[in-house]
Amino acid sequence: MHDDESVLKDPKEPIEDRSGVSRRDFLKISTIAAAVPVVAGPHVVMAAGEEVPVHGPGKVPMQFNVNGKSYKASLEPRVTLLDALRDTLDITGAKRVCDKAECGACTVLLDDKAVYACAMLAIEAQGKKITTVEALTEGGTLHPIQQAFVDNDASQCGFCTPGFVVACKALLDKHPNPTPDDLLHELSGNLCRCGTYAGIRGAIAQAARKGA
Amino acid sequence: MPDYQWPDPEHRTLIGKRISRVDSPDKVSGRARYTYDVKRPDMLFGKMLRSPYAHCKIVSIDVSAAEKMPGVKAIEIVQKPGATIPWVGDEVVAVAAVDEATAEDAIRLIQVKYQKLPHLVSDAEPPKDAGESQGPLSMEDLGDMLENQVPERQIVSLIQQYGISFTPTEDDLKEAKDEGVPDTIIEAARAATVHPEAAGRAKSNYTKAASQSQGDVEKAFAEAEAISEGLYGAPVITHCCMEPHGSTSEWTDPDHLFVHMSTQNVSGIAGQMAEPLKMPASNIRVHQDHVGGGFGSKFSPDRWGIVTANLSKKAGGKPVRLMLERDSELEVAGARPSAYARVKVGAKKDGTLIAWQSYSWGTGGPGGGGMPPIPYCFAAPNQHKEHTAIRNNIGPARAWRAPNHPQAAVLTLSALDDLAAKLNLDPYEFFLKNIELTRLPQVYREEFPIAAELMGWKEKWHPRGQNISGHMAHGVGLSLHTWGGRGHASDCDLTIHPDGSVDIKMGTQDIGTGTRTCIAVVAADALGLPVDAIKLYIGDTQYPPSGGSGGSTTPGGVSSSTRRAVVDARDALFAKVAPALNAQPDDLEARDGRVRVKTAPSRSLSWKEACSKIGATPITCHGHNDQAAAKNKPDLTNSGVGGVQMAAVAVDTDTGIVKVTKMVAVQDCGLIIDVKLAESSVMGGLIMGISYSLFEEKIMDPTTGRMLNADMEFYRLAGLNDIPELKVHMMTGKGYDERGVIGLGEPPAISPGAAISNAVANAIGVRVGVLPITPAKVLAAMNQGSTQKAGA
Repeated sequence: MHDDESVLKDPKEPIEDRSGVSRRDFLKISTIAAAVPVVAGPHVVMAAGEEVPVHGPGKVPMQFNVNGKSYKASLEPRVTLLDALRDTLDITGAKRVCDKAECGACTVLLDDKAVYACAMLAIEAQGKKITTVEALTEGGTLHPIQQAFVDNDASQCGFCTPGFVVACKALLDKHPNPTPDDLLHELSGNLCRCGTYAGIRGAIAQAARKGA
Repeated sequence: MPDYQWPDPEHRTLIGKRISRVDSPDKVSGRARYTYDVKRPDMLFGKMLRSPYAHCKIVSIDVSAAEKMPGVKAIEIVQKPGATIPWVGDEVVAVAAVDEATAEDAIRLIQVKYQKLPHLVSDAEPPKDAGESQGPLSMEDLGDMLENQVPERQIVSLIQQYGISFTPTEDDLKEAKDEGVPDTIIEAARAATVHPEAAGRAKSNYTKAASQSQGDVEKAFAEAEAISEGLYGAPVITHCCMEPHGSTSEWTDPDHLFVHMSTQNVSGIAGQMAEPLKMPASNIRVHQDHVGGGFGSKFSPDRWGIVTANLSKKAGGKPVRLMLERDSELEVAGARPSAYARVKVGAKKDGTLIAWQSYSWGTGGPGGGGMPPIPYCFAAPNQHKEHTAIRNNIGPARAWRAPNHPQAAVLTLSALDDLAAKLNLDPYEFFLKNIELTRLPQVYREEFPIAAELMGWKEKWHPRGQNISGHMAHGVGLSLHTWGGRGHASDCDLTIHPDGSVDIKMGTQDIGTGTRTCIAVVAADALGLPVDAIKLYIGDTQYPPSGGSGGSTTPGGVSSSTRRAVVDARDALFAKVAPALNAQPDDLEARDGRVRVKTAPSRSLSWKEACSKIGATPITCHGHNDQAAAKNKPDLTNSGVGGVQMAAVAVDTDTGIVKVTKMVAVQDCGLIIDVKLAESSVMGGLIMGISYSLFEEKIMDPTTGRMLNADMEFYRLAGLNDIPELKVHMMTGKGYDERGVIGLGEPPAISPGAAISNAVANAIGVRVGVLPITPAKVLAAMNQGSTQKAGA
């Protein structure tokens, strides 16, 4: 019955249009002002009584250190580290899933600390050591935590796996013999839909035993 | 006649062992390429403008500002002014631009005017007299029912009972058949009474979708010595695949389309794109290496897949990527229909179930949906059931891992557990007492004691509400389930090359269920080679077609087609090698990397030497598994499995927080190809089940018609720390192996809801009837329970 035009209450009333800035864009725009590494002479404006460098809105030259290699790119300041890695540098191990710091599929190491690459602007990641899942495999040999994932069948569809592998690496670097509490704190930011958690727990136990 | 039969246990080298997933190294290292990872040269980025309203009409669309924007390469108006939008997030206009940011900016410049229409997003209990009875079915009704996985028998019976409102042409019927509509439905439509006067009649939000009786329910309830009544249900939940739906499309020339798509149905996509794109399916190539989850939601190219191809065409054939945003993924790309029921059940004093009555309802979005298969598993001799389907604007429903079964299990097994409590019976004894009412009594009888042993049921079970220490209440619950799982149609090309390398080409897909591993194990087992000696080419329409991965049909399908191909290829190799070993081909076997004489294993050639006898032309053999079992001789795949699950919970009676402390699953699935991966599938089912039992619900705002939790913070999935000790036992050996291969994806996801709900009832002494079992519901149920007790 709802598909019938005749039930309209007032045909003139509820006509609306749609425009405006989404929450995500707003967050991205608003954090640009905090971007520290200045690469190519941003102009400076006064904001709240302070001089603030403004990058963009056009493309800005940037430089990244990813997996020990140096990359140059020209990107808008609003581009996230995740999108820069995936779409510009073609380093696609980190996955885009929630795109707002909820699921952990984009986890990378920034100066050896696990971060959500979707929740950081690329411009802010300059000058830092960025490590993605790809760098854990050396010369074709899997890192012990990766091998433990294989042995314990800790991936099904595998889309959350790179994020989990990186988060587990960060966990084991910090807590070589993690307690259940350590898991609670370090891995509560990663989600899996297929249900591989039992395998992941087994993988951590195996890697911890072997001193990954 | 070649011996396609599965080898007996002593002749299996790999089948039934614990083999690691062959694509794990790619997945753990980030090498595995998913559709979202595909980056093509000069690729454009697509974005979709979606409806902000749950029900509206498009009044006007102005894309002129977006068109003028530098970097915008194509705009496609998906739905024109005048179109009616049935849910929030429906596609309106798509844009392709040089980068994602530009596409986003362009979307923001598009001006759309909508005329809002009244919407309904609730699936609350319909008013008593609501709902017109089902009239003649329109073509849309049938489409909706098929989309919503209404059981085939139910559709046929509706067509026979009510007729149809349109005259189907032979072309319509042929097209339906090509789209996979079951023959019984097509035949019913052909034979149906046509009521053209019923076409276009206005529809209520409520349809009496089913009313069925058997036996004498009134008499049975009069004779029952215990009767239990309750309200049970499961809400709409989403698939929430980690990789969203979407594709990258490009025109390699004006007549040929190349599509990378995130799909469960590689071989079936081109055929679905051909008509909307008005081109032959043979000119469409579909490719996919890996897919980040599907769970039943990725069988179709979807409207956005067609739009992506059109954007590419408008942009001169340049590749266009359009993947769904997370909110859209949750709003429009898949949901499991809800199901609720007021159930009344009756039994004799000894626990014999004699009567079932249910008034159920639920929604599958605009399609309404059908009645879940209740009573589930237990065919009570006297039944009366009525179902009201709610058509609303909550968004479209799709198949969700074991369509309709998890809901049916919650409605049925919870009600029966309450009846057992009323009879002061241990549900373990109660369910076994009635096990002859199921289709697989022998399987369940073997599984029950194993599950009880693994859970420690006898020690853990207490009558309801009697295992409370301090503020923590402990309880256990159980459930059981069944599923079909026969193999789908599958074609396999297997080649043995003169240098000894072996490759397999098959247009199937591995959706995380271990399909690659399954194929490789079957082939390597027959050739006496290690698993990694088999090179696999899957996920492309250039390979022989294989069915979509749904309904647990893939393991049976791909293992059967592979087995047939590999046996033929091996026998062809033996024929070439036999003279060199002074033997007859039938005397040879392939074991441990050698081809040898069975009775004199020292007379042998290495695999490589043996293959050098092939000559210059490799051996290629084709294996086919027919969907119709009768055509497969011997039939290597089968249907019909049973499983039993038990849950233990601890409920904090102060906060209402439920923690699952242990789960046990005992499952049969015929002959198991790889026990390690089978166990993973079952654990995945348990974990998904814990997630939907405790956390998941698509929450709709009645005022705006929007989904309030279209993200991964408030659409909560279970995390690592929500998962307890899991014990999985696979039934193998005599009575199981000889049945052939049966799929396993769906079954383990069916029972957790009922098992956990029953465990919570056992712990706190009252029922939380509707999932998810949130702290608020636990506290409310306990409050109500104590009020009832105080009043009694």
